[in-house]
Amino acid sequence: MYKKSLSYPYLVWAAAFIIIPLLFIVYYGLTDRSGAFTLENLMAIATAEHSKALFLSLLLSLVSTAICLLLAYPLALILSNSKLGRSGFIIFLFILPMWMNFLLRTLAWVVLLDTNGVLDTLFKTLGLPRFKIINTPAAIVFGMVYDFLPFMILPIYNVISKIDINVINAARDLGANSFQTLYKVIFPLSLPGVISGITMVFVPSLTTFVISTLLGGGKILLIGNVIEQEFMKGTSWHVGSGLSLVLMLFIIISMVLSSKYDNGEGNVL
Amino acid sequence: MIKKWVQRFYLFLIILFLYAPIGTLIVLSFNNSRTSVKWGGFSLKWYQQLFESKTILAALGNTLLLALLSAIFATILGTLAAIAIYHMKKRRQSICMSIVNIPMLNAEIVTGIAFMLLFISVGNLLSIFGIHFEMGFGTVLIGHITFNLPYVVLSVMPKLKQLNLSMYEAALDLGAGEGQAFFRIVLPDIMPGVLSGFLLSFTMSLDDFVITHFVKGLGADTLSTLIYSELRKGIKPEMYALSTIMFLAVFVVLLLVNLSPQKHIKEEQHR
Repeated sequence: MYKKSLSYPYLVWAAAFIIIPLLFIVYYGLTDRSGAFTLENLMAIATAEHSKALFLSLLLSLVSTAICLLLAYPLALILSNSKLGRSGFIIFLFILPMWMNFLLRTLAWVVLLDTNGVLDTLFKTLGLPRFKIINTPAAIVFGMVYDFLPFMILPIYNVISKIDINVINAARDLGANSFQTLYKVIFPLSLPGVISGITMVFVPSLTTFVISTLLGGGKILLIGNVIEQEFMKGTSWHVGSGLSLVLMLFIIISMVLSSKYDNGEGNVL
Repeated sequence: MIKKWVQRFYLFLIILFLYAPIGTLIVLSFNNSRTSVKWGGFSLKWYQQLFESKTILAALGNTLLLALLSAIFATILGTLAAIAIYHMKKRRQSICMSIVNIPMLNAEIVTGIAFMLLFISVGNLLSIFGIHFEMGFGTVLIGHITFNLPYVVLSVMPKLKQLNLSMYEAALDLGAGEGQAFFRIVLPDIMPGVLSGFLLSFTMSLDDFVITHFVKGLGADTLSTLIYSELRKGIKPEMYALSTIMFLAVFVVLLLVNLSPQKHIKEEQHR
């Protein structure tokens, strides 16, 4: 069982299908059509269209990460205090929607958010201001929060539910009120989960092209859309790879930040 | 008391948010009119037409086969990897774990295009030797196995950490071969982790769109890519019917598993 050879199939697989493909992006990103070294593909990010897409992606993904955190933290607290959390309910809650296709689930928001759609009609009957957010950046944020919220809830819940109850009781005994306990004891201890949740929401939001295609009406381009078009509409793989390298820079930054705090506790599983 | 109600209400709102689109799709699957905007009365016709649609059924077959095969391969490969990594020295272990995590933490679009560049380059290379290689079911399968691996390793790893090594050594002392000791002592103990890795892999593969989109080439449509290609023309309501069936089937299975009394007893014993 302890034979080293057990790891060989995996290591071969990882080299062939994880490491080498990434090197291909680096190669394509740093060369031109003739194969000569160039930085032009990286500089392509500076064009007005591309930098606007990158800026919008950063903005929307930061906003949706913040919203996810604000929504998920109280929920994780509630679940960790109740019996529901223990009975596998939370995994159930998280896994089940995945059996309804991701594209269809996101598309369903079009029906709900559309002008004269379900929410708009509801707002109208209640005499509230109209609810017209479809095909706007707000709808994209809506979709991001919807799709990635579970990735924020799970790591935070995992960490909070493992906090030793005696630590919390000690804080109470020493005179801390509920707010102080939360702010000075529970929150610092839950930080690995929070950080892990932030990366798990931020990275897919930053790089999505599906949500913006479905809920942005095809008019709003995120950096993911730009890259997807470079590859699938056959414009230039080199530029597409260059832009991906720029994007990976942001991913690596957020991964390094998270690994600083992460001691394995914040893992989704 | 009030606090409890506020908490309940909050939980309810989040669940409503997560399940509202699913409810919408289920309602739409019974909608007689073709457009999703108007309610044209209750009808089961999309369910009927679903079973006559060859494209949808073929995509469903591809999707399920991919999910099954990729989950099986990833489970075997990932479990072996987890065991090997678990017994590595600290430094090598942390390097290997970072590699394991790459497909999960990296952006899907980057993983997708990286695969696409690899497969196309391999195809070009092979064509020099007169071998024809194209992206299709096989390349999608490789992609799915790869992004499923971290989920298996990460679900098996905690079970390995709980494992009592003396049991394995005792088995060896009592004359069991290494294989015997593994299958009769170690495997049953880590089985819950292996199973949850398998189920997670299956679900992830089923729900994937982005990576499939980049590596499927011309053939091998899955449900996701079929839906994406229908976006312009409008989604066929048969799709809603199909996802409703899949969702409800899994809902019932999970409910039964969660409610079965046996599991609770087992969980109590574990604590």
